Amino acid sequence: MRNKLLGVFVALVCSLAISIPLPAHHGTAGYDMEKELVMKGTVTEWLWANPHCFLKYDTTNDSGAVEHWAAEVSNPIDMTKRGWTKHTLNVGDQVTVTVRPAKNGAPVGQLLKVVLPNGQTLIGWNPAVR
Amino acid sequence: MLERFVSRVIGGVAMLALCASTRAQTSLPQQSTVEKTHRAAPTLRRDLSGIWAPEDTMEGISPRGVKSHAPFTALGADIANNVFKPGDGPRKVPIGLVNDPLDSCDPAGFPRNLLFELRPFQVVQTPNKVLMLYQYQQVWRVIWTDGRELPKDPDPRWYGYSVGKWADDSTFVVETVGMDERTWLDNAGDPHSSDMRVEERYHRVDRDTLELTVKIDDPKIYTEPWLARDKLRLKLLPDNTEIMEMICAPSEAEQYKKTMAAPLSK
Repeated sequence: MRNKLLGVFVALVCSLAISIPLPAHHGTAGYDMEKELVMKGTVTEWLWANPHCFLKYDTTNDSGAVEHWAAEVSNPIDMTKRGWTKHTLNVGDQVTVTVRPAKNGAPVGQLLKVVLPNGQTLIGWNPAVR
Repeated sequence: MLERFVSRVIGGVAMLALCASTRAQTSLPQQSTVEKTHRAAPTLRRDLSGIWAPEDTMEGISPRGVKSHAPFTALGADIANNVFKPGDGPRKVPIGLVNDPLDSCDPAGFPRNLLFELRPFQVVQTPNKVLMLYQYQQVWRVIWTDGRELPKDPDPRWYGYSVGKWADDSTFVVETVGMDERTWLDNAGDPHSSDMRVEERYHRVDRDTLELTVKIDDPKIYTEPWLARDKLRLKLLPDNTEIMEMICAPSEAEQYKKTMAAPLSK
C-alpha cells in the first residue's frame, strides 16, 4: 500500500456507478468503477481543454518513488457549471485527489473530486450538473 | 336565474361592441402595441426564433447513442460490427481501439449534431432561410426556405443540404440529403450512407416549448425508416443567453489521447 494514500480502495455501489452515464466519446470501459483512490499530490499541469479537462500531478508511493498521474474530468462548459475555472489548479498546488483508477493499473483515472490548498472541495464527475 | 343570464349576455355583447369600436377608431396605436408585444414575447405563428436547449440535458447529450433503431441491412451490420469502433453504446470497445471521428476533432456532421451533444442552439429566421447556430463545435446550418428543391445528386457535405417549409403554423419541417458517410449517426457508432434522407420536425407546442422529431430514412443501412428523436422537448432560453464556445481543437485532443487514452490502452 502506498503511504500517501489517505483512504484506499473503497467499494462503490455497482448499480449506482453503472447507472451514471458519462459525457464522453468513450464510456467507462477503461476504469474500475468499483474503486476509488485517494492520494495527496502536487499539481504539475491543469489542462482546460476539449473534449476533456485533465489534471496532471505527482504523488509519492510507499517506496518513496514519485509517480506521475493524470486524471480526467468533463469539458470546460460542464466544469464551469460545477464551479471550476481554468485557474482552479496551479502548478505546485498541494491537493488531495480522489480518482477512479484505470483497470490496467496505469496511473490515470477519472477525477471524482479534489480538495484544494484552501480546503475547498470541488466535484469532478457529476453528470447531474451540466 | 333567467334574469341574471340575460343580463350577462347583454353585458358580453356590449363589451364586444365596445372593443370593436375602440379597435376601429385607434388602429395605428393598436398595431404599435402589437409590435411591442411581439418583440417581448415571440408569436407562435411560423416562428422558431430564439435560443433553445433540451429540457433534459442528458437526453440532449445522449452519450450512449440513440435509444433504438430499425434493424440493420447486411451492409449496415457489416459497417457497425466491423468498421466503426465506438467508445460507448452496445458495441463499445476499449478506448485505445476507438476510431470515432470526433476523437480527431473531425466534424460531428448532420444529424449527429442533433443526436449527440445537442446543447443550446440559436435559430435565426431570415426571409429566405433559417439558420441554426450550434454550441457544440460552434457550427451552423443553412436551411433554405425559398421554395427550392433538394439537389438530385448532391456532393456529400458534413452537414448536408437542407430545405424547410411550414407544414402548419406551428410545425417546421426540414428535409436534408447529401450527408458525408464518414460521419456517424450517434455516439454508439451507428452508420449511415450518403443516400440517407433526414426529416426534422420542429413543433412549437407553446411559446417556451418545441418538440423535435428526427426521422432517418436510409434503405442501404436500415431496413425501414425510424425515429432517432421522438418529440424531444426543447425549452426556450432567455434571449441574452450566451452560447458558449465548445470547440474541439486537434492539438488539445492529441494531448488528451497521449496523456489519458494511451495509458488506458496498454
